[in-house]
Amino acid sequence: MTSRTMIEAIRDAHDVMMEREPNLVVFGEDVGFFGGVFRCTKGLQKKFGSHRCFDTPISENGIVGAAVGMAAYGLRPCVEIQFSDYMYPAFDQIVSEAARLRYRSAGDFSAPMTIRMPVGGGIYGGQTHSQSPESLFAHVCGLKTVMPSNPYDSKGLLIAAIEDEDPVVFLEPKRLYNGPFDGHHDRPVVPWSSHALSEVPDGYYRVPLGKATVRREGGAVTIVTYGTMVHVALAATQESGIDAEVIDLRSLVPLDEEAIIESVRKTGRCVIVHEATRICGFGAELSAVIQESCFYHLKTPIRRVTGWDTPYPHAFEWQYFPGPGRVADEIRLALED
Amino acid sequence: MPPAAAAEQPSSDALSLRVPEPHGRPGDAPAFAGLLNSRAGNVRRPPVDAPARGMEDLAASLIRVLDDDGQAVGPWCPDLSDPELLAGLGDMLKVRAFDSRMLMAQRQGKTSFYMQCTGEEAVACAFQRTMRPGDMNFPTYRQQGLLITAGYPLLDMMCQVLSNSRDPLKGRQLPVMYSARTHGFFSISGNLGTQFIQAVGWSMASAIKGGTAIAAAWVGDGSTAESDFHSALVFASTYRSPVVLNIVNNQWAISTFQGIARGDGPTFAARGVGFGIPALLVDGNDFLAVYAAAAWATERARRNLGPTLIEHFTYRSAAHSTSDDPAVYRPKAEHEAWPLGDPIERLKTHLILKGIWSEAQHTQAVDEIESEVLGLQKQAESFGTLRDGPPLSPREMFLDVYHEMPPHLQRQRQQAGF
Repeated sequence: MTSRTMIEAIRDAHDVMMEREPNLVVFGEDVGFFGGVFRCTKGLQKKFGSHRCFDTPISENGIVGAAVGMAAYGLRPCVEIQFSDYMYPAFDQIVSEAARLRYRSAGDFSAPMTIRMPVGGGIYGGQTHSQSPESLFAHVCGLKTVMPSNPYDSKGLLIAAIEDEDPVVFLEPKRLYNGPFDGHHDRPVVPWSSHALSEVPDGYYRVPLGKATVRREGGAVTIVTYGTMVHVALAATQESGIDAEVIDLRSLVPLDEEAIIESVRKTGRCVIVHEATRICGFGAELSAVIQESCFYHLKTPIRRVTGWDTPYPHAFEWQYFPGPGRVADEIRLALED
Repeated sequence: MPPAAAAEQPSSDALSLRVPEPHGRPGDAPAFAGLLNSRAGNVRRPPVDAPARGMEDLAASLIRVLDDDGQAVGPWCPDLSDPELLAGLGDMLKVRAFDSRMLMAQRQGKTSFYMQCTGEEAVACAFQRTMRPGDMNFPTYRQQGLLITAGYPLLDMMCQVLSNSRDPLKGRQLPVMYSARTHGFFSISGNLGTQFIQAVGWSMASAIKGGTAIAAAWVGDGSTAESDFHSALVFASTYRSPVVLNIVNNQWAISTFQGIARGDGPTFAARGVGFGIPALLVDGNDFLAVYAAAAWATERARRNLGPTLIEHFTYRSAAHSTSDDPAVYRPKAEHEAWPLGDPIERLKTHLILKGIWSEAQHTQAVDEIESEVLGLQKQAESFGTLRDGPPLSPREMFLDVYHEMPPHLQRQRQQAGF
């Protein structure tokens, strides 16, 4: 057991799997010699050689397209898109190719591969370094979509993603790379080393895809969330003194509907929290699932805290970013209605 | 008045665009003047291990082996045995007969859609003869000749076209979007150009694993405008992967002529030159020339000498698909005026000249193949068609979305009653 940052946990997952799985290849822009701009793949090229970990041209379309061909050959590519905001040139390869290959060929070919990409805001990244495109992926049949919230899950989920037989989009909340972030941008950053979930076992372990977890048990209201917003929701709960249950989804597809339904039936109230813009965001799907299965248990309407329906701004970051204040306000409204 | 509006006033300095136009439109006489820039046998053949630099002329000069009389001439004349030549002719005849029957099946309402490759048979049939078991083609929808030459059962192809109860793709794909891993034929996408870069990735994987298999990428002239085409060239040249990059320039992307993807610029083959990739321009209606270019390129790939780009210069004689009418956008007799002729006729003439074939044998072969294909069609239709006969279970609709069906899909399948 070693305390690790999320970056170190992700790097460790690569290391463990490159040892175990000779078909695992890792590539992307700046991923090889430099180890990635966030250093998630640092040292892999030196250890495993440039046939297994290498730099690519600046071509997201090329990275994912080549990975589809490699996966069809029998390799297990795990590729990095430097920022999720840059994945749009690769979107067709992800959506129309990787996700569909098994279906359209009736199992003749498949593309087991992992596409990692940093997501989310809180880093002054402006409108091209801060997006949260998870709902674009979650809408695509044949893809799995995962977003961890801590180092322990990052390693275990990434190992499960690499071993999965389907293409997995692995979204890494970049604001969490070096420490948990509760949305209070004006307070000193707390390092992961003081957090229980930074205790990451050495070697191999898995966190299964499609299984949510309860981060805080409570009876008054259920907060359904994932990624950075898990920490914001926990902060909002603690600061408001409200007895909320906080569910960390970890996987958006497959979605652990049972965990959500069980909690909302218990509390009778629900607040959904995500960074992505609201319209057609993943919260809309969550809201529908809860409505369909918990209607007679709901005491008040389902509420959503999300980014606004604007591009992610630079100078107004802390007005855009859903912080603990906004989350606490919505929790109170959910309780008052 | 805002300044922008002032700029809209006509001015002698006003800029304008050039929108390329083809040589002829309906009602015009076909015009192919200046198309043939080299005589058969006139283009040099460098050794396969020659460096790309200094080879630029090959991207501009049409490699032709069969001359106008049917003689095979020049340095690109391939070393094909008589049985191989006859088999090549047989493959092309089979493709044409298959296309003809499946077009008819579509007209009879037995399937929704079909795409012929009439006039382009030599490209796929000759190329496939240079591929080996284990190699992988990443085809477009007009390379049925790859499958037929590789010996894939026509019956299975027909069942896919008919989306019947024996459809290997379970009714999920458009007709003609075959998939046959065992025969080196990658699943066809339908989104154009996407598989050019996938082929490069596949060939990179072969190299990463120290394998011996190579890949062949396929794209049409129009689809060279897709970003995947450029991604493929940059990856293939960067990593020098064992792949052959094929562009089938059949002059027409539905109603849009090839100049819209090229302007008046250099050939499509010349796009390889800027990437340092050896590039060949080949007469796609000349079975021997296609075979020779493909053999040269596949040998380069197998000897780890890197990628080759081939532009197959041909003509799409038939409509783009059963949903298309070429009479509305090109001169009616254009395909008959194509100066590079018909690939089947040209190889037939050569074989007769060689003394190993005759008109009578040809007529008999055509009859035999057509009746074989008709017999197989009847057999295929006994397994149903898109609209009649034993159906596929709609249960298939929910399978293979994921390796294991996730709970939400299981619920939906139950809800749908399958």
